[in-house]
Amino acid sequence: MFGYLLFFVLGVLLIGVFLYNRLVVLRVRVDNSWRQIDVQLKRRADMIPNLVEVVKGYATHERELFAKVTELRAKTTSGGSVKEVSDASNVLSGVLKSLFAVAEAYPDLKANQNFLMLQEELSGTESKIAFARQFYNDTVMNYNTTTHVFPTNLVASIFGYKAAEFFSIPEEEKEVPRVSFS
Amino acid sequence: MSLSSQIRQNVIISLILIFFMFLLIVGVGYFLDVGGEFHGVITTISLGMAIFFSLGSYLYSDKIALSITGAREASYEEFRYLHNATEGVAIAAGIPKPRVYVIDDLSPNAFATGRDPKRSAIAVTTGLLKILDRQELEGVIAHEISHIRNYDILLATIAAVLVGAVVIMRDIVLRMSFRGSSRRRGKGGGNAVVLIVGLILLILAPIFMTLIRLAISRQREFLADSTSALLTRYPEGLVQALEKLEEHKQPMRSSTEAMAHMFIVNPFSKGIDLEGLFSTHPSIASRILRLRSIRGL
Repeated sequence: MFGYLLFFVLGVLLIGVFLYNRLVVLRVRVDNSWRQIDVQLKRRADMIPNLVEVVKGYATHERELFAKVTELRAKTTSGGSVKEVSDASNVLSGVLKSLFAVAEAYPDLKANQNFLMLQEELSGTESKIAFARQFYNDTVMNYNTTTHVFPTNLVASIFGYKAAEFFSIPEEEKEVPRVSFS
Repeated sequence: MSLSSQIRQNVIISLILIFFMFLLIVGVGYFLDVGGEFHGVITTISLGMAIFFSLGSYLYSDKIALSITGAREASYEEFRYLHNATEGVAIAAGIPKPRVYVIDDLSPNAFATGRDPKRSAIAVTTGLLKILDRQELEGVIAHEISHIRNYDILLATIAAVLVGAVVIMRDIVLRMSFRGSSRRRGKGGGNAVVLIVGLILLILAPIFMTLIRLAISRQREFLADSTSALLTRYPEGLVQALEKLEEHKQPMRSSTEAMAHMFIVNPFSKGIDLEGLFSTHPSIASRILRLRSIRGL
């Protein structure tokens, strides 16, 4: 009788260890994929001062737009919760789109080699951010599902593994956001 | 069908096919053992030799493929666009960015190589870059990255090893039975029937194995297509790319038949695109049909 009980307890413990390890692996994956987003956000932030510098030389009237871009840039890199960073990043994506839309009105700027290169780099980075966000959200979904299903939820609640936050997706993914600067 | 169930189905079918290959080899070996009292020696020797012969082409798969096709490393300055697209899709797939190569060839095509995600490379032809827009290119690159992520090079090598092993087995046994025929004559008749069945199986096995191997190759193409859709979340990009590849089809200058299965579309197919038992790729039409049938994740 005692032997059976011992086997039972050992079995439960083993399963517990297995589930715990699974949680840890998934959590590490979420953290890793977040770092991927972070790398791309930093990359974009590094390009922005150059872009503003180049555009400033031609479009002198867009001072407010420049101020807004610079302010948002600081927000995306200063850290904070997933929600704060993702919201700031989404707004910045929209404002950058407007910046490129404004640039359309300046033929000299559009002919500038430096500007063209920055434009390709930024749009490349924007799409990398989108891919990194998709990967991150997939890993979060995997992790969150695991923390919610039985019996992993018991292990998760004992060790304090809480659900992770999704990276918010812009409301109008495909549409150019309308940002007014009047 | 939903995307995830399509992917699961493709994986299961290719695993079943590989299992059949193992079954065939073990089955033939069994008949020979019972009939000829070889006790698995021939099966083991053949498998060992086949593994030995394939080891080089597996370990150096990337170098061999890249040098045969005359691919050159794409510089970041010249192919910014290609590099950005590749890095983006690699992020979505959660693997390190593969090395990027271009092949100076007007025939639009692409392939992936390398035995694991850390040592992988993808190569695209200049003809491909010329005709595809960004979303189509991302679809094609996602297809190639899917081959890497699904370890298709490893699977193709395993399939090749199994085919090779059966061929070696056939050669050893046929040679032995000619030489040893006088010595063996007069032995008990019960085993002779089994041995003859084994021999017939052995002679037919390489053909069956080749057919299964090609079926696996076609299955992995379907799998890479659906994984590509999962990565880009936009199957229509790959559909349009495949349509364009079909439209601008022309034979590639530098490639070999042995590499045909690695490309996104068969580099040698001309004329009508038919799918048969001996093709390495499913027909473009059926691939497009499957991509279009995806309903939700």
